[in-house]
Amino acid sequence: MMAMDEAVRQPGAAPVVLRLDRLRKEYRPGLPVLKDITLDFDKSGVTAIIGPSGTGKSTLIRCVNRLVDPTSGSIWFEGADIAQVRGSALRAVRRRIGMVFQEYNLVERLTVMENILTGRLGYVPLWRAYLRRFAEQDIARAFELLESVGLGADFANRRADKLSGGQRQRVGIARAIMQSPALVLADEPTSSLDPKTSVEIMELLADISAKQSIPVIVNIHNVELAKRYARRIVGMTGGNVVYDGKPDGLTAQHLSEIYGGEEWQ
Amino acid sequence: MTTRGDPKIWLRFTPAERIGRSMVYIIAAIAVVWSARTIEIIPEFLYDAPQQTADLFQRMWPFDIKYWPFVWKTLVETFHIATLGTILAIMMALPLAFLAARNFTSNAMLRWTAQFIFVSSRSVNSLIWALLFVAIFGPGAVAGVLSIAVRSIGFVGKLFGEALEEAQAGPIEALTATGASKPAILIKGYWPQTEPAFWSIALLRWDINIRESAVLGLVGAGGIGVALDAALNNLYWDQVGLILATILAVVVITEIVTSSIRSRII
Repeated sequence: MMAMDEAVRQPGAAPVVLRLDRLRKEYRPGLPVLKDITLDFDKSGVTAIIGPSGTGKSTLIRCVNRLVDPTSGSIWFEGADIAQVRGSALRAVRRRIGMVFQEYNLVERLTVMENILTGRLGYVPLWRAYLRRFAEQDIARAFELLESVGLGADFANRRADKLSGGQRQRVGIARAIMQSPALVLADEPTSSLDPKTSVEIMELLADISAKQSIPVIVNIHNVELAKRYARRIVGMTGGNVVYDGKPDGLTAQHLSEIYGGEEWQ
Repeated sequence: MTTRGDPKIWLRFTPAERIGRSMVYIIAAIAVVWSARTIEIIPEFLYDAPQQTADLFQRMWPFDIKYWPFVWKTLVETFHIATLGTILAIMMALPLAFLAARNFTSNAMLRWTAQFIFVSSRSVNSLIWALLFVAIFGPGAVAGVLSIAVRSIGFVGKLFGEALEEAQAGPIEALTATGASKPAILIKGYWPQTEPAFWSIALLRWDINIRESAVLGLVGAGGIGVALDAALNNLYWDQVGLILATILAVVVITEIVTSSIRSRII
């Protein structure tokens, strides 16, 4: 608690939304995937995490909402260390963190509207979810989001399995925002999409992040997209952070340190 | 496969393989002769079998239409036994299926218990279950319903449990990330993915149960089998014929109905 409050009160610094303190993850004992990562995230826009495959980007992001349990270290979010919370306390934390996935992860046989409304599952009582009796303001908000992700109201009753990849990812983003999150995590949100759609999805994420002032942390392996839409870039390699700064500070030397070698550039 | 000296000579099998194959034929021939001797076929019975069959059909026809009201009554009871039994089985099998599914239940002991119940339910024929329940509850439809239900738990539970295990992990992970509780994930994540499989399994089992409950009456557990049993004991072949024709018609009709519903669901 103390550490977080001090961080928030630091003069001149933007309020910290998420602080990772010496976060470590070992899937097998003695073989850390994340090697004591310490990072602060403030409320400003998109942060891109870049790095080669298998370097722990996905593990890092999944530790934040505890889809993966960290081995040690702490995760400060909304004034508490959430690295060890369980049960209903964990669910209360998760509903404040939206997540966007590479494979969209929509429930295929449900309609677009129902998929967006699943973003409220952490809030609504079970019987309402079961009877599909969502609150009026939730439904109104879902329609609003449908517009703002560029789909429009006539998509509401379409089944998710009838949508294209780009459309599905828009629904995925709407579902995440539907949670009224304090933070959005996006795990390779553009990796299954064509180049043009990838740009549109990154633009949408950056746009929503700015308009709704929700910080977004994106795992992405497309360096150009990361530089174009992120305000801050974190470069990871071998479970360590090797670059943390503005996109224009990222040099070819940094990139060869992150990805190894130079021939590919 | 071997090739010898001249590469044009090709033999599919090696000598050892050829000996092995001949042995299989010889053993099969011995087995046939041996079993024919053991079962002591009485040739006279075999010779007049066609006549006996023709005679039986002659006695069945024309059907004894006066028996129809009783046949109808027991037929309705058969439907009730099959339907109620299936519904009961589903109610008991669904929770067990969730316990048995690897991706839903992490506790190995619970999974093992559910699997054990499925195996014990499936390993006993419904006619045997009926004998048991007739002994406990006395003859009648109650014993029939219970034997159908208990026999079906394993079938429905095993198949639905497997359908659950085939549910995609991605949407489940996404719902977990929204902070949804386990029951909410069940309703909005697992159920939509497994719903077609569920209806398909339930219909298939109902179809099977119609056929199975038709014979339960032979051991006194209610249904059209009671009428069949009575007719057989009295050697009223014209009544037996009527019942057999009715069962055939019912099986064909349920087959048509269930397969048309199934094709619409999937």
